[in-house]
Amino acid sequence: MSHTLRRRAVAVALTAVAAGLFVTPANAWEPTRNVEFIVPAGTGGGADQMARMIQGIITKHNLMKQSVVVVNKAGGAGGEGFLDIKNSKGNPHKLVITLSNLFTTPLATGIPFSWKDLTPVAMLALDEFVLWVNADSPYKTVAELVTAMKAAPPGQFKMGGTGSKQEDQIITVALEKATGTKITYVPYKGGGEVAVQLVGKHVDMTVNNPIEAVAQWRAGKVRPLCVFDSKPLAGKEKIAGDLSWSTIPTCKSQGLDIEYLMLRGIFMPAGVPKDAVDYYVELFKKVRATPEWAQLMADGAFNQSFMTGPDYTKWVEAEEKRHRDLMKDAGFLATN
Amino acid sequence: MEGIGDLMGGFAVVLSWQNLLYMVIGIVLGVIIGVLPGLGGANGVAILLPLTFSMSPTSAIILLSCIYWGALFGGAITSILFNIPGEPWSVATTFDGHPMAQNGRAGEALTAAFTSSFVGALFAVIVITLAAPLVASFALQFGPAEKFSVFFLAFCSFVGMGKEPPTKTIAAMMLGFALAAVGTDTVTGQLRLTFGSTELLSGFDFLIAVIGLFGIGEILLTMEEGLSFKGKASGINPTVVWQTWKELPRYWMTSLRSCLIGCWMGITPAGATPASFMSYGIAKRTSRKGDKFGTGEIEGVIAPETAAHAAGTSALLPMLSLGVPGSPTAAVLLGGLLIWGLQPGPLLFVEQKDFVWGLIASMYLGNIVGLVIVLTMVPFFAAILRVPFSIIAPIILVICAIGAYTVHNNTFDVVMMLVFGIAGYFLKKCNYPLAPLVLAIVLGDKAEEAFRQSLLISQGGLGIFFSNGLVSTIMGLGLIALFWPALSNLYGRLTPARPT
Repeated sequence: MSHTLRRRAVAVALTAVAAGLFVTPANAWEPTRNVEFIVPAGTGGGADQMARMIQGIITKHNLMKQSVVVVNKAGGAGGEGFLDIKNSKGNPHKLVITLSNLFTTPLATGIPFSWKDLTPVAMLALDEFVLWVNADSPYKTVAELVTAMKAAPPGQFKMGGTGSKQEDQIITVALEKATGTKITYVPYKGGGEVAVQLVGKHVDMTVNNPIEAVAQWRAGKVRPLCVFDSKPLAGKEKIAGDLSWSTIPTCKSQGLDIEYLMLRGIFMPAGVPKDAVDYYVELFKKVRATPEWAQLMADGAFNQSFMTGPDYTKWVEAEEKRHRDLMKDAGFLATN
Repeated sequence: MEGIGDLMGGFAVVLSWQNLLYMVIGIVLGVIIGVLPGLGGANGVAILLPLTFSMSPTSAIILLSCIYWGALFGGAITSILFNIPGEPWSVATTFDGHPMAQNGRAGEALTAAFTSSFVGALFAVIVITLAAPLVASFALQFGPAEKFSVFFLAFCSFVGMGKEPPTKTIAAMMLGFALAAVGTDTVTGQLRLTFGSTELLSGFDFLIAVIGLFGIGEILLTMEEGLSFKGKASGINPTVVWQTWKELPRYWMTSLRSCLIGCWMGITPAGATPASFMSYGIAKRTSRKGDKFGTGEIEGVIAPETAAHAAGTSALLPMLSLGVPGSPTAAVLLGGLLIWGLQPGPLLFVEQKDFVWGLIASMYLGNIVGLVIVLTMVPFFAAILRVPFSIIAPIILVICAIGAYTVHNNTFDVVMMLVFGIAGYFLKKCNYPLAPLVLAIVLGDKAEEAFRQSLLISQGGLGIFFSNGLVSTIMGLGLIALFWPALSNLYGRLTPARPT
């Protein structure tokens, strides 16, 4: 296991060094005090893990002279954290890591913020979604599951997910539309809890991120049916028996035309100097070049896209529009 | 018995000078963190987590878990001395711990609290050692309906346990539920009762309510009563530990029951706070001196502390074996495991034997080290009460304010704390009990969430709460606990009135 990883890590590191040669190292701006890294979600979730990992990498590899302080502001489905950033206009010592709640929270609750109140810094990765069922269930393929769902009375199949009117429920609604069935969506507070509820057979299926369910998969407790991406996952390493991340078929190939990826990106308050943004872009490039980061990406089968500048802004803009459409179709928009 | 051999291997890993040093550092830091209200174990561990990335995973988890034990010990100190619970699970400790301190028995109360904590933790570690796989599968049976039944039992075992009229208890509890409903609703994702205010997005934090209601409220009351702690006259008595220890074995039944409640709540995972409340409520019911609870009964300190520590310790089991944290601190530790490259889950016990058994061994040693450290401090802690109130009150106020600020790094919380303090003062003056209010704030939204998740699953049918043996039994216990005071009230009315 660690062998392939190490090799990949070396490869990543070499790429980064090569990239570094073409980047002007002179940075006009540097943090002069502690940098506050806001997580608009609770402790222990995916965004929190990634933020603390980044904090650990920066400390361990001494990538910044000042310290990073991770602060969780989970209130109002993350609205608390984003409002903090919105109200810190011009402060270059604040960062925020996003989930899909950057788009969904203002749409679903009417809490007044939007990504346009923030400065996009970099996309670190995209988190994948996989359709899981309990390993004891008779459904080995998407087709078998869908047939059973169509045969059962509406609402009998239960989907466990994280939060309400967020990514998991959006996918659930898409799934209902694609199959013409009715699914009962049961919201929980965190992804780990959702995975265990599936193992305990309190729900029938989940759309957990890979990292949330991988431990249960390795232990043979849950079964992946398909991944909501346009191409299969990259990880070739064997996880459960002969299966690896790359053996999970895409949902599209199984007749479910649904694609959903979640942004793990970094934003700053509006009105910060461009030099500061450039500084953080360089910082995150260095973070991405470490073996610890490579390990996290492999464990969680992340889609390792990296974007900055206008590309990133354009991507975020399109993504917001897509969420608005998805949420509108699902009837999740705030009414007032 | 394979577990014993593995455990010995674990001790071999832990017993290096370096790891023992981390253990002592962790405990001392943890006690400090536990003493400061607001800066809970979860925050403390989160702040120190990045410092441990360069250590080996085993050393790192020893340091961090010892902070956790230390915080569990430390939470009792301010509860007993100043009626300010440093941690949510030490709220129940204030009920009898603080009256004991007021009666000049602070040393005894502290000794009882620390010793009970140790007993609870030891019991839980033994359970983990012997029955880890079995216990993990028990936890899997807890879906939303089962969780709700546990919360239901916690509320029911609490109704009518105070001296106050039941109507006032229910009024206080309802106020607590209303406060708990403020903020984002998990089930629909909508904002509730925020009235457009962005400050109220995250609702009323339990810690801030507690610091205000208990800490500030207590200071206001004391000020009114003439700027002195009631009956503070207690000399520094270095032998208080031995004297208390001679008494403790008498309460073995309470300890054992509290251990069981604690382990159950830690594993399911409901957490240390309901465990301590439930244990206190049941001890009050079953004790021969039950009617004296709240006036300074040592049993009223033993019950919640034993259960809280047993729950806090056993909460690590579902984290390791299922990847689900049983407490906020466990959630942060879980993040740590992932960063160190360890994957919590069913296979951790098989693949990372050194780490798991090293951690379990460190639970044994960490708690022994912790007990020795805190017990030697008892006379000093007790002596704090000899400082004149006019000096210590402003210090407490400042600590409360800092504590309220650290919860979310938000100055609005400090204002909210003061408002809660004033509210606490008036509630106490009007003889409304604070405990049911606090219980409802801390468990209200969790109970509501579990209730509504259950109804979603059952598509609206209440039958789900009696759909299998496990949930029916717990609900049944809850109903018995609920009607017990009504029945004993009725019985009390039929017998001649006693002056109380």
